Amino acid sequence: MIDFTFTEEQEMFRKAAREFAETMVASKVPEMEETGKFSDDLVKALGEAEMMALTVPEEYGGLDLGYTVRMIAIEEISKVSVAVGMMLQVCALGIEPILKFGTEEQKKRYLPAMAKGERIGTTAVTEATGGSDPTGIRTSYKKEGSDYILNGRKCFITNSHIGDTITILAKDSENPKAFSTFIMEKGMEGFKATREEHKVGMRGCNTGELALENCRVPAENLIGDEGKGMRVALAAIGDVGRGGMVGCALGLQAACLEASIKFANERILYGKPISYLQTIQNKLADMKIDLEAGQLLGYRATSMQDKGMRSSNEFAVAKYFTTEAAQRAAKMAVDIHGGYGCMEEYAVSRYLRDSFVLGPSAGTSDIMKVIIGRWALS
Amino acid sequence: MLKIIVCVKAVPDPKEAHKIKIDPATKTLTRADVPLVLNLLDKNAMELALLLKEQLDAHITVLSMGPPVAGNIVKECLALGANQGFLLSDRAFGGADAYATAYTLAKGIEKIGEFDLIICGMASSDGSTEWVGPEMAAFLKVPVVTRVNEIVEFGGEWWKVKASLENGYRLMQVKLPAVFTVSRELNTPRTLSFSGIIKARKKEITLWDLNELGVLEETVGQKGSPTIVSSLATVNSKRIAEIISGTREDKVEQLVQKLADAAVI
Ligand SMILES: Cc1cc2nc3c(=O)[nH]c(=O)nc-3n(C[C@H](O)[C@H](O)[C@@H](O)COP(=O)(O)OP(=O)(O)OC[C@H]3O[C@@H](n4cnc5c(N)ncnc54)[C@H](O)[C@@H]3O)c2cc1C
Ligand SMILES: Cc1cc2nc3c(=O)[nH]c(=O)nc-3n(C[C@H](O)[C@H](O)[C@H](O)COP(=O)(O)OP(=O)(O)OC[C@H]3O[C@@H](n4cnc5c(N)ncnc54)[C@H](O)[C@@H]3O)c2cc1C
Repeated sequence: MIDFTFTEEQEMFRKAAREFAETMVASKVPEMEETGKFSDDLVKALGEAEMMALTVPEEYGGLDLGYTVRMIAIEEISKVSVAVGMMLQVCALGIEPILKFGTEEQKKRYLPAMAKGERIGTTAVTEATGGSDPTGIRTSYKKEGSDYILNGRKCFITNSHIGDTITILAKDSENPKAFSTFIMEKGMEGFKATREEHKVGMRGCNTGELALENCRVPAENLIGDEGKGMRVALAAIGDVGRGGMVGCALGLQAACLEASIKFANERILYGKPISYLQTIQNKLADMKIDLEAGQLLGYRATSMQDKGMRSSNEFAVAKYFTTEAAQRAAKMAVDIHGGYGCMEEYAVSRYLRDSFVLGPSAGTSDIMKVIIGRWALS
Repeated sequence: MLKIIVCVKAVPDPKEAHKIKIDPATKTLTRADVPLVLNLLDKNAMELALLLKEQLDAHITVLSMGPPVAGNIVKECLALGANQGFLLSDRAFGGADAYATAYTLAKGIEKIGEFDLIICGMASSDGSTEWVGPEMAAFLKVPVVTRVNEIVEFGGEWWKVKASLENGYRLMQVKLPAVFTVSRELNTPRTLSFSGIIKARKKEITLWDLNELGVLEETVGQKGSPTIVSSLATVNSKRIAEIISGTREDKVEQLVQKLADAAVI
């Protein structure tokens, strides 16, 4: 039988994440909106609350709770701040390549500090010449003795400036068909975070560029086999990256619906709350349908992932559906608020800005359709 | 070792209070759709127990009387750091007033065994009588301090605590074993942690029904309740808007007069 209910324990994890979001995250949102910077206190608090440890096995200092609990946590945090949900989701994206493809030594060296939140992770693939088409990247590596010399530039990288342990995809300077992934560490000579982006939404979540200039990387930092790095990067993005975006989108959908219900019950027109108007109810119903469907798609994918099954196609469907649904929900939420929806005092204006940033991360909707189309035809 | 018992009540989620209605026939609250959560002040009670455990050699037992789903709030307390949990659950316990609740809990405590300190919330967010703690103390024949808002001295046989009054506090010395009921100002309860939830997997909740508790049916639940809620009413508080007109000075004068008449100033 299929069981569509969460376990009591999963509900308790949800509660823990919600309590964290309400007590630690909510108060930081105005500051993050204003400065566009991630709060240092919050990095510390996320670490102390073991939010980065969820997917890491116990033997490397993690909690080994799997991907369903991770999605629950991201969803709850994103109800309060998608920017924080995004920062957190990308931490796991930084952990995943080491976890799945790293050597025992690499796991022991990096994972415990990443699980504690002492080292913030990310994965850097995108460049000006390659986002949807990662083979278009120009960052290159060249073997010199037992080391590699890396050169290039990454753009739109989450946690670029606050990241300490960063998985980077680079191309063999002598073979344009061969890619490798390397673990870069903050402070390596020739490696630095440069431009910081100012995004329309998810303000406070750090996005920016990374520059590598004749950066010498020891062989022990290579993840997986040399020349097989594309698989490492895409596997992490396909499941963990997309799963994380689904969590962010579900949280945003729920926040839009909740704010809309509250406003519709409080706003009196024609002597009654506007929630009595059929047109308003219709919008609320559409948002509810999307949220229910999105949760089914998202948590189906994570339950497959937790069982060790291949789930990247299911994540592509969930990512497409929920990020598009979050945009629809945010627009409807703003519409329901009338003129108030255009005012910054109302959270829905932030939701609308945030919703547009969900799309490209971890692959655009067009790319999801490419994957889903291929799946349908296979 | 300091043996602490924390009494916790499962109450309808105050965030969903608008869903609670009064059944005009039975005078009871219809709250089937409302999830039960840990009473807010019981989190302060738990926090006190946890802070004591951090500083002394202490063992925390959590006790609740309620329907089987109240097991969730006991589990939550285990996840917060309590050592063991007990749930008193039986159809016969239903409909208890504060007296019968205190009696049943006292019986549970007697069966659990020795204790040094029993901590309750000052009030529940639903019944809110504030009587369960004191009545339980009477059944157990131990002293009680209500509305504790600061622990001044602890650890020995005699403790010193502050108990809040409307415009101040009482400084009380109390000899253990005793019952404290605690107020919100006492502390800021911690939130659930992921590893706490994992640790709670290995902690047990013991379930006792009427027979296991060894009490007579007529002494518990509605049958054992000497008070009956004979009427319940919903109060509709409406705001009345009044527009004051005249010159500015005039308006101020009228407003001041109205506020004075209403004894607001
Ligand atoms: C609207 C309404 C009116 C009521 N009026 C009366 C009345 O006039 N007289 C009367 O006797 N009863 C009354 N009751 C019933 C009574 O309030 C409760 O049902 C009773 O079981 C506990 O009392 P309390 O909730 O007021 O607890 P309080 O005394 O307010 O609770 C204080 C603390 O006692 C502990 N505690 C209370 N209940 C439990 C429990 N079940 N398990 C573990 N710990 C617990 C908790 O630590 C709690 O924080 C009323 C109930 C309702 C809903
Ligand atoms: C907030 C944010 C955070 C990000 N974080 C990271 C990160 O941490 N690490 C990282 O590596 N990257 C990150 N990215 C980059 C993200 O992965 C890319 O933006 C995304 O893959 C799209 O690439 P692009 O921006 O180069 O757009 P392009 O690939 O240039 O796409 C332009 C347009 O062409 C469409 N298109 C492209 N190919 C096809 C096709 N085959 N069929 C149909 N349409 C197509 C796209 O859908 C899009 O509409 C982040 C982006 C954002 C906005």
